[in-house]
Amino acid sequence: MTDKVVVTGIGVLAPNGRDTEDFWAATLAGTSGIGEITGFDTTRYASRLAGLIRGFDAAEHLPKRLLPQTDVSTRYALTAAASALEDAGVDPAELPEFDMGVMTSNATGGFEFTHREFRKLWSEGPSKVSVYESFAWFYAVNTGQISIRHGMRGPGAVVVSEQAGGLDAVGNARRAVRLGTPLVVCGGLDSAFDPWGWAAHLSGGRVSTSTDPARAYLPFDADAGGYVPGEGGAILIAENADTARSRGRTGYGEIAGYAATFDPAPGSGRPPGLRRAAELALADAGLRPADVGAVFADAAGLRAADAAEADAVRELFGPGGVPVTVPKALTGRLFAGGGPLDLAAALLSLRDRVLPAAPPTSVPRAYGIDLVLGEPRHCDADAALVLARGKGGFNSAVVVRRTDPADAPG
Amino acid sequence: MAQLTAQDVISLLTRSAGDLEFSGDPADALDLPFDTLGCDSLALLETAARIQDDYGVALPEEVVGDLDTPRALMAAVNEAANQGG
Amino acid sequence: MTRPTRRVVITGIGVRAPGGAGRKQFWSLLTSGRTATRRISFFDPAPYRSQVAGECDFDPVQEGLTPRQIRRMDRSAQFAVVCAREAMADSGVGFAALDPHRVGVTLGSAVAAATSLEREYLVLSDAGRQWEVDPAYLSPHMFDYLTPGAAVAEVAWEAGAEGPAAMVSDGCTSGLDALGHACRLIQEGSADVMVAGAADTPVTPIVVACFDAIRATTARNDEPERASRPFDATRNGFVLAEGAAMFVLEEYTAARRRGAHIYAELTGYATRLNAYHMTGLKPDGREMAEAIRAALDESRIDPTAVDYVNAHGSGTKQNDRHETAAFKRSLGDHAYRVPVSSLKSMVGHSLGAIGSIEVAACALAIDQGVVPPTANLHEPDPECDLDYVPLTARDMEVDTVLSVGSGFGGFQSAMVLRRPDGDRA
Repeated sequence: MTDKVVVTGIGVLAPNGRDTEDFWAATLAGTSGIGEITGFDTTRYASRLAGLIRGFDAAEHLPKRLLPQTDVSTRYALTAAASALEDAGVDPAELPEFDMGVMTSNATGGFEFTHREFRKLWSEGPSKVSVYESFAWFYAVNTGQISIRHGMRGPGAVVVSEQAGGLDAVGNARRAVRLGTPLVVCGGLDSAFDPWGWAAHLSGGRVSTSTDPARAYLPFDADAGGYVPGEGGAILIAENADTARSRGRTGYGEIAGYAATFDPAPGSGRPPGLRRAAELALADAGLRPADVGAVFADAAGLRAADAAEADAVRELFGPGGVPVTVPKALTGRLFAGGGPLDLAAALLSLRDRVLPAAPPTSVPRAYGIDLVLGEPRHCDADAALVLARGKGGFNSAVVVRRTDPADAPG
Repeated sequence: MAQLTAQDVISLLTRSAGDLEFSGDPADALDLPFDTLGCDSLALLETAARIQDDYGVALPEEVVGDLDTPRALMAAVNEAANQGG
Repeated sequence: MTRPTRRVVITGIGVRAPGGAGRKQFWSLLTSGRTATRRISFFDPAPYRSQVAGECDFDPVQEGLTPRQIRRMDRSAQFAVVCAREAMADSGVGFAALDPHRVGVTLGSAVAAATSLEREYLVLSDAGRQWEVDPAYLSPHMFDYLTPGAAVAEVAWEAGAEGPAAMVSDGCTSGLDALGHACRLIQEGSADVMVAGAADTPVTPIVVACFDAIRATTARNDEPERASRPFDATRNGFVLAEGAAMFVLEEYTAARRRGAHIYAELTGYATRLNAYHMTGLKPDGREMAEAIRAALDESRIDPTAVDYVNAHGSGTKQNDRHETAAFKRSLGDHAYRVPVSSLKSMVGHSLGAIGSIEVAACALAIDQGVVPPTANLHEPDPECDLDYVPLTARDMEVDTVLSVGSGFGGFQSAMVLRRPDGDRA
């Protein structure tokens, strides 16, 4: 049995596209999903822009009995998981139940749901708290709900590492496939855009206070002044390449390498760990920097963090040595959803041989990076590197490699 | 308090469970087991909590655990309400 | 299937559990069969259905945390750091001399910063009166409670770890799964040393209320010290608790080379989902049995090699029967012969932390040759017909232990610990 793990299905829910192809078309067209928060009055808050999913009607996608017991983030996760399975051509009822696992990442749990229950508890009393609070809130909810909905009884896991966690979930899934579970549903989607969630986002002090949707989140720009938080993300179907092939699928591409590192304690004087994560992921994939045709950057949107990421990329690939692309400039940072959505974009880039562009910005020359701006760019490469960082010091990197069409089952 | 009707009990259950495996006249659902209706133990607990909120009737836990149909639930609530008032 | 080749051992243990600080007091409580559950003292429990809990008398100042650390860290993170320090000191590993790139952290937690979230919520919402919270009262640390990776960072800084680090949050199996995850990282070569374990401090009104709502916790409030009664016919729910356990895990040959005291080897781990219900369990125990079978298989041992089973034993009727069925299904006749006990009878159920706390007890059982009992077990449930080691600890040679966990979302996990071969009887 091969060690090769491929992605055979993608399910996306993003601020600029409610399914995979809509997201991809919007991303290539430069259509942004960043806009004003309209769900509540934001005048008291320092920031009021977010990457929100508009026009999603959960009842169109999910059985009604799942609605009272799910937060919006879980509804997104269930919807994306169903799309990913459909895209992969998998009918879970036809596969052995222990051969399917679910490994997700979650950064904020069912936050809006739990906000309502906190409020009921403290304004009306304990007897008002919903029976569903006991699981709608916790970080493990999406793995459990996806497993139940699709009858998947293999290994499950949930990882929390802020914005890096989504890549870690994919890394976990790859490991699980290699250890013998043929198919693992993986990825992450997050949402916390009720008033309390919004306040919590802002408390980090890193959210842009700009009121101009086109200028609020400018990763690697000389004027970068913060990020815009967003909701959504992606679910991927990670599958053993042989079992995928046995049902006629080569997949979008291979999860060829993965690594995670942690930054040293502040003030230690030691270098940050992002570059090392990238190097380890490349080594894991058996690739050299020259084999990589694109870097999907973490794109913090803050000067110091952008400069640190530019350093890592420049040191590894040489000045201007690789195109760097930041599709998240059009969605905002999606927490656990960010890494998986970038992976989806990377796989689609390799499929269509095109790299998405961010709106034009002014990148300091000292960064020495070749940021794809303005127009999408042709890309012949067969591999891409996706980077993610999480607040506190998490660094994760995944290398995806295009599936060779010659591998296609005859 | 006013007596709980078939319509009331089915709509309370539907709200707590999200959906019931039933459509049509609520009276026809009264004798279907909760299992058949797709109403699990959590949905039943949620229903009991909402009955307490909306009607001020607290059903003892042992009573809730033994209920098996909407009719039994309706009878338990109405009986408790009569005793209370 | 790719078989891991590198082996993983426990060389350091730190515990904070109800009834005493540190692994020594913890072990003394367990082996004496005393219980540490009590009436909730952190807030007035009168409005709640369940009013008992396993609380820790934890003084962060006395535990050596600085005022700044105490200010920024949630209580669960404080527990994790203090336990990590104890484990690191216990291991004898010179962390300062290690290559930081080869040291990682895995921290398990089910509800992580719940305590701080609730405290901040009350400030921001004017004690729940406002839906649109007032950002003027926002704590600068609120973001780290919204998404609790900060706790992982605190542990990583203690250990000087720059290798793979993450929080594992699989609900009530987080404590086992965090160790399983850390184990895989050493086995595959991503790290040589892991500081791993779990912490949860959920004795806070919102968590008490959410378990009240589903009647999962006990309403036996009159005798708090006798409230947790796994496998007893009179049990009626679990007792919520807080706690933490952290470990130093090392690659076996390196630990041997430096002459480390090895508590136990982690020889097998597996987890399965039940795909059944977010809070319910199928009575047949099939998925837990499958996890047990896989963990034994990875350990390359027969069920009859298991000397002691550390049960999930939460004290809900549903769990106790589910688990008993899973043991019979996976261990066969040996299930009737092997001692099985539940620590939750003594220290309660600290959600994501308890799996790690239980592994600490398993490692100490191997090390000390004592099997902790199931306290409060006077009247066995006739449907739970195994040897649950009632009331009194048992002195016996223990080479191989199976520890299991089960949680909301359908997670079922199993881990096998063994005395390293060569040391075995």
